[in-house]
Formats: sequence, structure tokens, C-alpha cells
Amino acid sequence: MIKRYLYSISFFLFFFIISFTVSGNEKMEEKNQLEENEHTKKSFNVGEFIFDHIADHYSWHIFTYKHKHVAIPLPIILYSQNKGWNIFLSSKLSHDPVYKGFKIDEEGKYKGKIIEVDSEGIFIDRPLDLSVTKNVAAILISSIILVVVFVSVAKTYKRRVDLPPKGLQSLLEPIIIFVRDDISKSSIGEKNYLKYTPYLLTIFFFILLNNLMGLIPIFPGGANITGNITVTLALALFTFIITTITGNKNYWKHIFNAPGIPWWLKAPLPLIPLIELVSIFIKPFVLMVRLFANISAGHIIALGFFSLIFIFGNMNSFAGFAVSPLSVMFTIFMSILELLVAFIQAYVFTFLSALYFSMAIEEHH
Amino acid sequence: MELIKPDLGLLIWMLVSFSVVVFVLIKYAWKPILKALKDREHTIEKRLLAAKKAKEELARIEFGNEKITALAKIERDNLIKEAKEIKTKIIEEARHEAKMEARKIIEEARKSVEKEKADAINEIKNQISELSVIIAQKILKQELGNKETQKKLISKLIEEIDLN
Repeated sequence: MIKRYLYSISFFLFFFIISFTVSGNEKMEEKNQLEENEHTKKSFNVGEFIFDHIADHYSWHIFTYKHKHVAIPLPIILYSQNKGWNIFLSSKLSHDPVYKGFKIDEEGKYKGKIIEVDSEGIFIDRPLDLSVTKNVAAILISSIILVVVFVSVAKTYKRRVDLPPKGLQSLLEPIIIFVRDDISKSSIGEKNYLKYTPYLLTIFFFILLNNLMGLIPIFPGGANITGNITVTLALALFTFIITTITGNKNYWKHIFNAPGIPWWLKAPLPLIPLIELVSIFIKPFVLMVRLFANISAGHIIALGFFSLIFIFGNMNSFAGFAVSPLSVMFTIFMSILELLVAFIQAYVFTFLSALYFSMAIEEHH
Repeated sequence: MELIKPDLGLLIWMLVSFSVVVFVLIKYAWKPILKALKDREHTIEKRLLAAKKAKEELARIEFGNEKITALAKIERDNLIKEAKEIKTKIIEEARHEAKMEARKIIEEARKSVEKEKADAINEIKNQISELSVIIAQKILKQELGNKETQKKLISKLIEEIDLN
């Protein structure tokens, strides 16, 4: 078992290294080629390709056919001090690069973001950007799915009192019970777990659904929500706020005046309190980074395997064909692994949140 | 690195929409679901307990029945044994008594028979003596009625006596 494990890991590393070295060589060759003849060959940049896929966009790109992008236009909502509120569809920006004095910056600090420019195209300012981007749209879609699914399931529960679960209810009930008993009750304890369970259930299903939606390559999936640092920041912020608000006297005492610690670690230099204070912020920070990094890494690796086809194809079309079955196989394998990761990360985020809550309300003993 | 730079617009949208999701789900989904689950668990627990109790009760009753049956069996056996003993005793006693009675009766019978016999014999003796006297009287009367015969007899007797 372990041997097989090692084989697959080493296999992985091998391909990983190859893909990076190849892309490195490719870049250098590209440069030379570009200098030689710019029109003959279209370059393929792996890094750009991957980061373009996991980044946020102003429109929801579906596919490209003969150099024509087919995308769902999304509303752009901007507020600038000069022009006030501006709301228009993202398709306007794809028709002409500058619309109403706004354009998507191509490079620099605000690359990929909308900036305000004057008539000569000189940068003025970055407006307050409340656009419904691809990620926002995906969040709204998954929020609606969550609400519809669970409110309907709740109705089923009300209708079928004392009856065995049925349909969607029976699919979700084991997970709900798992979160309630094995995450919430086991870490928070019999006394207080019911207070936190609803929130824990919400983050668990929100993360799980968005992890799974992120694995679907096409609309309404495909947005990299839980692999986006802003989203995980918001989620961690919720856990942080709840932990801080519900923290009892004992919790704060442990932070500012931890019992059982020698006095010279607390005064005159408040070493331990300082560490404890920092740990309050490190906990949600770690939550944020873990979810973001795991999901992003999964996407990056899957896309990296997929890019092998184009890397080799760029060198030689036969090489591209030859490597494609292997590449597809690895991508499928990664997708299945990601399926597992989707559940694990939802579990870990929820479980750690529950642990933090339990620390916040731990009674003195 | 654009990847690790939080975006303000997205953050605002996320905070707002997630707050709404949390609020709506807690109010309209999790509370009723958790309550329904708890209620159902309670019901199941209650029913299981009731079933267990009923089973115990049944076992108890069954055990009681068995005990009663066993006791009844022992009682019956005892009764039978006693009855048998009494029976043999009664028979024995009856037999004994009967024997005694029989012996007594026989004894009495024998005694009376003996007495009767003795009486009868006495009677017969008396009668015989009387009769013999009468007969002797009669004979004597007849024999010694005339002188001839008397003389004959005397001579005969004298002859018989004979002096030898």
C-alpha cells in the first residue's frame, strides 16, 4: 500500500518538474521565436493560462470558437468621484476597449481590473468596483442553490414528521448529522453545541458546494470561489467575529493573563499575552490561507497537467498528441483527488471553526 | 501577485451575500431541520426504550409463568406421592384391620361353635342318659314282667357268671 503511494508520489513529482522545466525552456524559446517571426506561431504561456483560469473576471467566459469569445456578460457597477455611479454590462467593454472612460487595465498594478482613464487613455484612478464579477455571480448562484435546497429540505422535515428521510432529505441527512455530531458536538461539547451548529452547517455546505462547483469546468460551475483569497478571507472573518463575540471571561483571561505561566513571562515584557493576542488573528488567517491554498493548488495542478498537451504541442504537434492521453488521465486523476479535497477542506474549515468556538467558550476548570 | 490580493468589491459582495445565506439558512432551514432531527431522535429513543421495557416485561412474565409451572409440577408430584403413600397406608391399614377382624370373628365363631358343640354334647348326653334310663325302664319292665323270663334271666346270668 505504502509502496504504491510512494510510486504515485514520485511519478507526480517527476511530471511536475518536467512540466515546469519545459515551460521554462518554452519561455526562452518563445522569446527567440517571437523575435524571429512574430506572426507564424502563437505563443502559449502556462503560467498565464493557469492564472487566467483561476482568476476572477468581469464576464463569464464559456468557450472560444475561431478567435471569438463566447461569454455571459455580467453587470459592472462602478463608483468614481468624477463620474458617480456607472452601471453597464461587461459586453460593452469587449466591444470597445474604453467605455464611458473606463477600461480594463492590461498591465501594471491594476492588471485585469477596471480603471478610470481620461480621453487620451491616461490612468486617472481606480473606481470603487462593486461589479458582479464571475466570482460574485457564482457566489450568488451557489447561495441561491443552498437556500432553495435546504429550505425545501426543511419543509420536507416539517411535512414528514417521525418518518424516515426521503429523496434529497436522505442524501443530506447523514451529512447534517455528521456535522452536528462529529464536528459540532464532539468539539464544542454537549452543552453549547446547538448554538453553533447552524453556522457550522452553513459554512460546511457553502464551502463544499463551492468546492464542487469549482470542479465543474463550465457554467454554472468553473468559478474558483473557495480558491479565491477574498472569499476565504470573508469566511474566516465570520469565524473570527463569532469567536470574538462569544468568547467568555475565561477565554480573555487565558489570552491576557494566562494562568499557570510564570509572572516574568507576562510582566514587565508581556511576552505570552502578546503571543496569545497574535494567535487570535493567526487562527482565522490560517483558516483563510489553508482553504485558499488547497483549492487553488488543486486547480493549478489539474490545469498544469492539462497544459502539458499544449506545451508539447507547441514543440511538435505529434508530441502534443502523444502526451495528451497521459495528460487527460492525470487531469482526471487530479479531478477525482479534488473531489476528495473538496470534502476534506470543507470538513477541516468547519472542524477548526468549531474548535475555535470551543476554545472561546471553554469553562474554567 | 494578483492571486493573493483581496478584492474589495468581491469582499463586500461576499460578506453581504454570505450574511444573507447564513441568516436565511439558520432561520428557515437549520432550526427546523435540527429540531425535526432532535424530535425524531427523541421519538425513536422513546420507542426503543418502550420496546425494551415491553420485552423485559414479557421475559419477566414468561419467567414467572415458568416458575409457576415448575412449582405446580413439584406440587403435583408431591400430591401424587402423598396420595400414593396415603393409599398404600390406607390399604395396609384396611388389610390389617380386616385381618384382625377376620381373626376375631373366626375366633368368636370357633368359640361359639365349641360352646355350641359342648352344649349339644351335654344335651345329647343328658338326653341319652334319660333315654337310656327310659329304655332301661322299659326293657326292665318288659323283661321282668313275668316270672318265667325272670327266672330264665337269672339262670342265664348265673350261668354267665360262672365261677371260674
